[in-house]
Amino acid sequence: MTETMKHTLLFVFVGVMILAEGATDFLFFSGSWNSALVILNMGLISAIMAIGVNIQWGFAGLFNVGIMGFTALGGLAVVLVSTPVIPAAWSSGGVSIVMALVMGALTVVSAVMVTKFLPAGKLRTAVLLAVLIVGFFVYRAIFDPAVGSVEAINPALQGNIGGLGLPVLLAWPAGGLLAAGAAWLIGKTALGLRSDYLAIATLGIAEIIIAVLKNEDWLSRGVKNVVGLPRPMAYEIDLQADPAFIERAAAFGLDGVEASTLYVKIIYALMFTVVLLALLWMAQMALKSPWGRMMRAIRDNETAAEAMGKDVTRRHLQIFVLGSAICGIAGAMMTTLDSQMTPGTYNPLRFTFLIWVMVIVGGSGNNFGAVLGGMLIWFFWIKVEPMGILLMELVTAGMAEGSALKAHLLESASHMRLFTMGLILLLVLRFSPRGLIPEK
Amino acid sequence: MDLLNALVALTNFVLVPGLAYGSQLALGALGVTLIYGILRFSNFAHGDTMAFGAMVTILITWAFQSMGLSAGVLPTALLALPFGILGAIALVLLTDRTVYRFYREQKAKPVIFVMVSLGVMFMMNGIVRFIIGPGDQRFADGERFIIKARTFKQMTGLNEGLAIKTTQGITVITAIIVVAVLFWFLNKTRTGKSMRAYSDNEDLALLSGINPERVVMYTWMIVAALATIAGVLYGLDKSFKPFTYFQLLLPIFASAIVGGLGNPIGAIAGGFIIAFSEVTITYAWKKVLTYSLPDSLAPDGLVQLLSTDYKFAVSFAILIVVLLFKPTGLFKGKAV
Repeated sequence: MTETMKHTLLFVFVGVMILAEGATDFLFFSGSWNSALVILNMGLISAIMAIGVNIQWGFAGLFNVGIMGFTALGGLAVVLVSTPVIPAAWSSGGVSIVMALVMGALTVVSAVMVTKFLPAGKLRTAVLLAVLIVGFFVYRAIFDPAVGSVEAINPALQGNIGGLGLPVLLAWPAGGLLAAGAAWLIGKTALGLRSDYLAIATLGIAEIIIAVLKNEDWLSRGVKNVVGLPRPMAYEIDLQADPAFIERAAAFGLDGVEASTLYVKIIYALMFTVVLLALLWMAQMALKSPWGRMMRAIRDNETAAEAMGKDVTRRHLQIFVLGSAICGIAGAMMTTLDSQMTPGTYNPLRFTFLIWVMVIVGGSGNNFGAVLGGMLIWFFWIKVEPMGILLMELVTAGMAEGSALKAHLLESASHMRLFTMGLILLLVLRFSPRGLIPEK
Repeated sequence: MDLLNALVALTNFVLVPGLAYGSQLALGALGVTLIYGILRFSNFAHGDTMAFGAMVTILITWAFQSMGLSAGVLPTALLALPFGILGAIALVLLTDRTVYRFYREQKAKPVIFVMVSLGVMFMMNGIVRFIIGPGDQRFADGERFIIKARTFKQMTGLNEGLAIKTTQGITVITAIIVVAVLFWFLNKTRTGKSMRAYSDNEDLALLSGINPERVVMYTWMIVAALATIAGVLYGLDKSFKPFTYFQLLLPIFASAIVGGLGNPIGAIAGGFIIAFSEVTITYAWKKVLTYSLPDSLAPDGLVQLLSTDYKFAVSFAILIVVLLFKPTGLFKGKAV
């Protein structure tokens, strides 16, 4: 069996699993087409995230542990771009908030200028401290009252500065831009040092982005969540009220309610597939280009590449920003799919570590591997829980009804996810470090 | 103006908590820095090693409590601590044997080690949650306070009270003892010296007949002990919850890097720098300022620089500044 054959079969296997999820309720399958499409949609988004991480790790050997943060920034972009404009917020404090943020940025910029242009010494330290302290107090003086007045506007529904009221599809590239900006800041400081430092810095920035999203109510309502985000397509309710749609659904032998939910999910699946294919094509082209060969040369031997005149740190920064932008796009797509922004649900296990497992299992350095890993691992991530419960029921079947140990084991089955994912990562790294579809 | 009250308030809300938190971070950072010095990677599983050691200690503590065994005014957990350390040692030696040793023999890149430690972290986290559950566990017993706020007020006649929790006292004292023993071990004993030699120059140490596997084994044992002590002290002082130990990873790494990765003195200094910055920046200074300034200047707001939700942002900001200006850390670590 040729390599291509084997790889095609792997993709076919994932397809069959998703089809089986829809068609049969044998074992852990649910037999619901809705459920199959839900898995497919998130699988496509996961595949896009995996491409982003694969660009960083597979092409350049950069270890990014902050994928969650970039994903969340993508989600934030959806809120900021697509929610309706709230004129009251802008007239009461929105402008001041923007001004305060600009002041804050100016403070940082002038601090950087001071360190760059003044000679080292006591004078520089004094000026630097003065700039930072004055800047901070000015920032707080403008910022605090503005936030107070914005959060006071209709707090049950809004209380934030609102969005731009633009089509939600524009939020996807915007999410990429936001994530790219954050990645540039992090990469600028942590790249060029030891490889561990990038990992620690990204871990930190992800936690902080989530903390900001949870606590800054004026931005995206914090843990009060933003629900009912606009959609790029019709709503189920409207479809069900449309006689033409009901008629066409009846032709397939479906009732209006089920047909409308399936229709929405299929449209999403198509849109995500288009984005995935476009990004996959770009990543493949980049990999084949001289640029991609240079990246892999840097990854394999930094010293040699540097001797050939390549600016390793700059190239690393470039690819780190690109990969994070892709994660941001995927994050925006995910928030669009959920049509709500819930900062409380971001956790590093699901949004950082799982993506890593996808890339490693799929095959680091190979874009098709990343896509396969994304779809496959997502399927198992959803299905590990019913499998774990099945297993635990089997293990505890012999135990006395109502025993404390049995209850504990059944209850703890859900924590097996962490353990299983860690185990899978370690096993693949140890015994098959090249993954299912290895790099050519 | 009432400087004495200001001083007491400052001690009560900033100095004492900062000292206790700093000791906990210092112990955690020492573990990270030792692994970095000897095994040359940043161990992401350190927070969960702390959680695991603390969990074993808690289980033994509960067993002791149900047997009626107690340490009088001190928390029972101190009696259970040695067992927790043994449990953690067993676990890290097992992971070293099954996981890390393979990559050591292959001379894998540090970034592979970091990634592997991430996998280990999730497995340990899964084990801890599986055994004790994800919720909050309280296991502190014995006397709760060394000085109660009210007693202090009666004794001194001041408006402000000073409360020192037993756990805070124990934390600081234990940390001092542990650090003293650790430095004695590293500087005076044969094993300690071979560890330092190995950390300074691996090849030279090998040539002088130091057995690397033994050095690695002792390092893991010491690190497990440090992690368990730090984890138990943190759990006694605050409360035990698996997720908080994962979150502690960032301030611990920040402490180790600020002090200089691979440098034990740096780790201790870094721990206190991070702890005091976190506490002072997230503390509401209104009370202290009202006491120490003339009435006309007394502040209206809370005078809190950042809300406590952002305490991790503080350690992160310090980390970034150090990485930008002095990547080797304040005390000349070995990493660039």
